[in-house]
Amino acid sequence: MRYTLLLHYPEPGEGEIPAETIREVQEAFGRYGRALQDAGVLVAAEVLAPGAATTTVTLRSGALQVQDGPLAETKEALAGDFVLDVPHLDSALGWAEKCPAAQFGVIEVRPVATSFVDGAWTA
Amino acid sequence: MTHPADPSRAVAEAAARDGYGRLLALLAAQSGDLVSAEDALADAFERALRTWPTDGTPGNPAGWLLTVARNRLRDRWRSAEVRRTEPLDPVAHAPVHLDALETVDPDAVPDTRLELMLVCAHPAIAAPARTPLMLSTVLGFTAEQIARAWSVPTATMATRLVRAKRRVAEAGIPFVLPGREDLRARTAAVLEAVYGAYAVEWSTTGPEPRGAPSEALQLAEVLAALLPDDPEARGLAALVALSSARAPARLDPDGRFVPLDEQDPARWDHHLVERGRAHLRAAHGHRVLGRFQLEAAIQAVHCARTGQGRADPGTLRDLHEALHAVAPSLGSATALAVVTAGTDGPARGLALLDALLEPYGAAARRFQPAWAARAHLLAGLGRDREAAAAYDEAVALTHDASQRAHLTRRRDALTT
Repeated sequence: MRYTLLLHYPEPGEGEIPAETIREVQEAFGRYGRALQDAGVLVAAEVLAPGAATTTVTLRSGALQVQDGPLAETKEALAGDFVLDVPHLDSALGWAEKCPAAQFGVIEVRPVATSFVDGAWTA
Repeated sequence: MTHPADPSRAVAEAAARDGYGRLLALLAAQSGDLVSAEDALADAFERALRTWPTDGTPGNPAGWLLTVARNRLRDRWRSAEVRRTEPLDPVAHAPVHLDALETVDPDAVPDTRLELMLVCAHPAIAAPARTPLMLSTVLGFTAEQIARAWSVPTATMATRLVRAKRRVAEAGIPFVLPGREDLRARTAAVLEAVYGAYAVEWSTTGPEPRGAPSEALQLAEVLAALLPDDPEARGLAALVALSSARAPARLDPDGRFVPLDEQDPARWDHHLVERGRAHLRAAHGHRVLGRFQLEAAIQAVHCARTGQGRADPGTLRDLHEALHAVAPSLGSATALAVVTAGTDGPARGLALLDALLEPYGAAARRFQPAWAARAHLLAGLGRDREAAAAYDEAVALTHDASQRAHLTRRRDALTT
């Protein structure tokens, strides 16, 4: 069963985090990614660019609207995701607990309802 | 984090840590300001490194460091006073906290590290911050070293440490020994914090030994030396020593996980085994049983076997029964079921496992060692299909590659 770990944490300002810390966090995420891969549970993982780089697109009002910036400005923003294929929620929670982002942010563990695999949505 | 290769260097390092905690305990006691005391002590050490090689080591190094650090604290206080805009009132602004330090005889530096450890494990300090705070103040480990043991970024650990140190000052936690009755309860928290350096409890996988056994060993030794007549402090020192003794045998030369009953006793550290036994004998002399003594006694039984083979199953079961009665937990329940299988067979073990885990509900379902135990017991009963399913559950909750490989090998060895 697939679960998505949604990483939320406050977006740091430019230069707010020392290079040394950035390097350490990157190494921690490297170890985490390799542990997930070793366990054979990793489907995909991304860390997102800052919210300022976001563009939103909608046709909800009938006309195309392309807007600069994220959907909602929040203190704790969506910052990344890990898609895991694990047997059950307890396993997903165990991996969320080990995620480096859990040390400084909050991780939402959300079951995937259906995935597009091999040309079709899974049942 | 690592065992220094050179034993004499390890001794020198331990002596330096010993002195650090003693001096910091004195310097911070009156003001409660750990951060300023650390800065002053760091300055004193820095000056020692600069002047001792040319001027010679003073006859009383600890007294020298204390005097220099004390003067540094006074200088700071003065410069802080000068910056104030209000006129200096010599009475109201008297550096009270330094007066008490003046009465300390540099030739006989008292050991007040127990007071410092009680501060670190004070109820007003959040439980997860207590162990790192102790490693930082009592042994002088850097935020970077402590962060590595907890697998968190240095900056994260540094922030937690500063927050905890500020809290000591802001909340006004006193550096004192409480009365006899209070001391008992407060000591229990100190023991927990020292134990925290030895095992980090993950909610899914249970207690995991981390890369910090030497720190835990040093902390436990300091506490046992400060409380030589406390059987549990001795028991904890014994537990950490006996468990650390087996660390070299936990992985085989190919880095594969080796379970306890398959470890080669020749690879254990026999000096540490002896050290642990000595603490345990001292603890037992008091005839007051406790959790850490029982855990240490279990370790001692495991360490008693020679050659390949199991420790005495009957003794193990008695000890685990006592441990589960004194300090019940998911871990003690699982272990008791496994050793009961050793004496009464896997069917009794499995029935006991179900009965003991029942009160823990969902937490038991997330507890990896319980699944590994269940798989082992089912395999012993020849219920291979169920055993394979239980091994799969255990694997799904395992984050360590060598343990996962071990469980997978066991599962693949089943006949189904």
